[in-house]
Amino acid sequence: MSEVSPESSGTEAQRSGDDAPGLLRKISHFLLSGNTLIITVLAFFSAIVIGAIIIVLATPKATGAWAQFLSSPGNAFAQSWFAIANAYGSLLQGSLGSAAAISETLVSTTPLMMSGLGIALAFRAGLFNIGGQGQVILGAAGATLAGFLFAGLPPILHIPLAILFGVAFGAAWGFIPGILKARTGAHEVITSMMLNYVGLNLLTFLLTSGLYQAPPRNQAISKTIAESARLPHLLGPSLRVNIGIILAIVFAIGVSWLLNKSTIGFRFRMLGANRDAARVAGVNIRRQYILALTLAGGLVGLAGAFQVMGVDYRMAPLYGGTVGFDGITVAILGRGSPLGVALSALLFGAFTAGGRTMQVNTNIPLQLVEVLQALVVLFVAAPGVIRTIYRIRLARAGERIFGGWGG
Amino acid sequence: MRLELQGITKRFGDLVANDRIDLKAEEGEILALLGENGAGKSTLMNVLSGLYRPDEGSILLDGNAAHFNDPGEAIRAGIGMVHQHFMLIPAFTVAENVMLGFERTRRFGFLDRKRAHDEISELSRKFGLEVDPDAIVGELSVGQQQRVEIVKTLARDAQVLVLDEPTAVLTPQETEDLFEVMRSLRASGRTILFITHKLKEVLAIADKIVVIRLGRVVGSATPGQASEQDLASMMVGRGVELSVSKSPATPGDPVLRVEDLTVLDDSGRIAVAGVTFNVRAGEILAVAGVQGNGQTELARAVTGLAAVLGGKVSVLDEDISAATPKQALQAGIAHIPEDRLRDGLVGSFSIAENMVLDVFDEAPFSKGGALDWDRIRSSATDRMAEFDVRARSNAVPVRTLSGGNQQKVIVARELTRKIRVIVASQPTRGLDVGSIEYVHRRLVEARDAGAAVLLVSVELDEVMALADSIVVMYRGKLTGPFPSGKLSREQIGLLMAGSSPAEIGVGGDQ
Repeated sequence: MSEVSPESSGTEAQRSGDDAPGLLRKISHFLLSGNTLIITVLAFFSAIVIGAIIIVLATPKATGAWAQFLSSPGNAFAQSWFAIANAYGSLLQGSLGSAAAISETLVSTTPLMMSGLGIALAFRAGLFNIGGQGQVILGAAGATLAGFLFAGLPPILHIPLAILFGVAFGAAWGFIPGILKARTGAHEVITSMMLNYVGLNLLTFLLTSGLYQAPPRNQAISKTIAESARLPHLLGPSLRVNIGIILAIVFAIGVSWLLNKSTIGFRFRMLGANRDAARVAGVNIRRQYILALTLAGGLVGLAGAFQVMGVDYRMAPLYGGTVGFDGITVAILGRGSPLGVALSALLFGAFTAGGRTMQVNTNIPLQLVEVLQALVVLFVAAPGVIRTIYRIRLARAGERIFGGWGG
Repeated sequence: MRLELQGITKRFGDLVANDRIDLKAEEGEILALLGENGAGKSTLMNVLSGLYRPDEGSILLDGNAAHFNDPGEAIRAGIGMVHQHFMLIPAFTVAENVMLGFERTRRFGFLDRKRAHDEISELSRKFGLEVDPDAIVGELSVGQQQRVEIVKTLARDAQVLVLDEPTAVLTPQETEDLFEVMRSLRASGRTILFITHKLKEVLAIADKIVVIRLGRVVGSATPGQASEQDLASMMVGRGVELSVSKSPATPGDPVLRVEDLTVLDDSGRIAVAGVTFNVRAGEILAVAGVQGNGQTELARAVTGLAAVLGGKVSVLDEDISAATPKQALQAGIAHIPEDRLRDGLVGSFSIAENMVLDVFDEAPFSKGGALDWDRIRSSATDRMAEFDVRARSNAVPVRTLSGGNQQKVIVARELTRKIRVIVASQPTRGLDVGSIEYVHRRLVEARDAGAAVLLVSVELDEVMALADSIVVMYRGKLTGPFPSGKLSREQIGLLMAGSSPAEIGVGGDQ
C-alpha cells in the first residue's frame, strides 16, 4: 500500500538531470539543497566553539587565570580570549594569510581531493572503500617506480607514464576487493581494510628491496624520482604548490562527468540507489562491483602518486599517513558528489596547513585541527544533533548520504 | 466498546492526509472503511493505533476522549490492530508470539507459559480461531498466521479490532473462514473496523460502510442500499467500468514456451516443479494462485532473474533458459515486477531516469558511453503525456509519486520497447481503481498489438477480467490451461486451494 507519508527525499547531490549552467550556480545549488548550507555552517560553527574550549584547556596561561577566577574574573576571560584569538588567528594566517600559506593549503588539498574522489565514487555505487591507505601507498609506489626506473625520458612522456603507473597500482589494490566481492561475496569493507595492512608491509618490504631502496642501503627510504617525473611547480620554485592541484580538479570534473553523464555512472548510481532494481533492469552487478572498486582504487592511488611526484619525490615507511582515511571524511562531508568532495578537501587542506602554523605559534598541538575536522564531519553526518542544539525544524527528515554495511 | 472519531485531521507538510474525518462504530458492529490506496486509510489507522498524533480532532471510546502518545497506550485502551504485514516472529511459537511485549511472569521473572497457553486455547475455542499454541509461527499458513494476530489482540483484551486489508493474502475459502471469525467477534460485542478496497467483501460482511477519498469521508451506506457500482463510483468519484472491455483474443503462434521448468526459491526449495505451458501471440495467459505457490519464481525464471534448474524457456526459437536479465530483455521480454519499488524503480531517481532504467545504454539514449540527457528528458516528457503519468516534471523523484503513477512509469518504460512477451506480476497490486483500469487497458492493447502476455496475479477479479486463458498454480504445479469463461470464481478458488480438476468437476484438459 502506498499511503501518504511525509516527503522524504534523497540528497540533491545524488540527483542528476537538473539543469545547472555555470559552476557558481552549481555550487550554490549544492550548498543550499536539502538544507545542507544551514547544517554545514552550523556544524562548522559548533566545531569551532568546542575547539575554543579545547584551546583554553590546552593553554596553561588561560587555565591558570581560571584558577584565579574568584580574585580576578576579568583576567580569566581576557586570557581565554587571547588564547582563542591567537590560535584561530594563526590557523587562518597559516592557511590563507600569505602566498606561501595558500600554497601549503593547496598542497594539502591535492591528495585529500583524490582520495576523497575515489571513495566517493565507490560510495555512489553503494560500496565502502576503506582501503584508501593501501591504495595511496600502492599508487605512490607505482609512480615512484616509474619515476626512477625510466629516468632519461622527457617530462612530457615521463610524467604521464608515472601517473599511469600510479593509477594502475592503485587500481590493482581496488580490483582485489572488487573481484573478491563479485566472486565470493566477501564484504569489501573487510577485504579492503585488510589490504591496508598488506600494503603497509609491502611498502616496508619494498623499501628494503634492491629495486626500491636508495643507496647506500642502510635506510628504509626509496630512491628519489628523476627530475623529469616531478610535477612542475605552479608559482615558482620557492612555493610547493604544483600542477597536482590542477590535475585533481580535472579529475573531479571527470568523475562528475562519469557519474552524471555517462552510462557507466548511471549503472553505478543505480547500483548504489537500488541494487535489486539494477539487477532487474539488466545490469551485471558483479561486473559493476569490480569496475567501481577498481576505478576507486585508481583515483585514490593518484593521491599517493601526486604526493610523491609533486612534493616528496621519494617514499619512506608509513608513506601517505592517514590520507586514505581522511578521504572517507572528505567524501562524507562532500556528500558523495565530486563538487562537494573538492570543496571539503579544500577546507581540510586549509585546516592542515593552518594547523602547522598554529602549532608553531601557540604550542597548541596539530591534533586540534584533527579534532575540528572530526567534529565537523560528526555534526554533518548526524544532522539531528545540530537540529536539536539549534532547534531548527526542517521539513525533510531522514536524509541519508550513504547506505550502511548491509550486503 | 463504542468508537467515535470526531474531525480527525492529520497533515504532512502541505498535504492533508486526513481532513476532518468523522466516524462512529457501535459496540458489536462491523464498520467497513472503504477507500482507494492513498485515500488516507492507513494514516487514519495509524492515528487510531497511536503511531501518529492527529493535528485536530478527537478519538472517543465509549464517549470519553482518548489520547494516545504511543501504540502501547492505544493497546491498553482496548484497541487491537491486525496489520496487513504480520508483526510476528517466525521462529517463535504461537504462544510466545502472543505473549511478546506483554509477558506475564511467575516468581523470579520466569515466563508463565502455561497461562499463555491456556488463554490461547480458550480464545481459540470461543471464537473459532483454531491455532495450536505450540506451533512454530513460521510453519503456519498465512491464514493461520493471521489468526495468531487476531488472538494476540484478543489476549490483550482488545474491544475494538482494526483489520487492515486482512483478505489481501487469503484464498477465497480462508476469507470465508475469516468472516466467520469476524461474525463471532461481533456477537461477543467487539467493534470491528474493517479496512479494505474490495467491494464484494464489504457488501458481504459490513454492517455499515464509510467511503473515504482524498482524506475525506465522501459517503456512507449500508450493504442493503448500495451496489458494488455505487460504492466504486463513490470511491473514485466517477463512474467506473469494473470489467475490462476487450474483444475476443485472436491468438497466433506460441511465442513464449515453457517446458518442464523447475526453479528453486531463495532457500533452495523447489518452488516451480516441472511446469509446462505456452503463451501465444495476441493472448493473455493468467497464472492464478495464492501468493507463495511458485508464481514469483516462475516470473523470475522467465525474465532471467532466477536460475533455471531444469527444463527450458524459449522465446520464439531462442532458448533463454540460461539468459541473464539483460539477454532476456533483449529477447523481447518486458517485465512488470511484482514489487515495484524494490525491483521496478529506483526511488531516488527522477521519472526521466526511471523511464530509461533498462535502455539507457542503447540508442538513442546514449552514444559511445555518454548519456544524451536531452533525448532522455524529452522522451520522458512525451511518455508522461502518453501514459498519463501525473507529476510536476520529469525531474521529480519517483519515490514521491503515488503508487498508480509509479506503476505507469514502469508500464511506459516496458511497453515502449520492442517487445514480444510481457511478464506482468501483480501489475495492479495496491493501485487505485482508476490506475487499475488504465493498466488493464494497456495490457489488452499490447495483446491486441500481438504481444504474448503472461499475467501473474493473486487477484481473482483481475484474472477473470483479463485472461483469455487461465492456469492455476498450487505448490509449484500448474493446472490447466482452461479457456476463460469455462471456470467459475468458485471453481478457480478451489483449484487455488489445491483441489484437483476432477474433484471440482472439470476435465483436466492439460
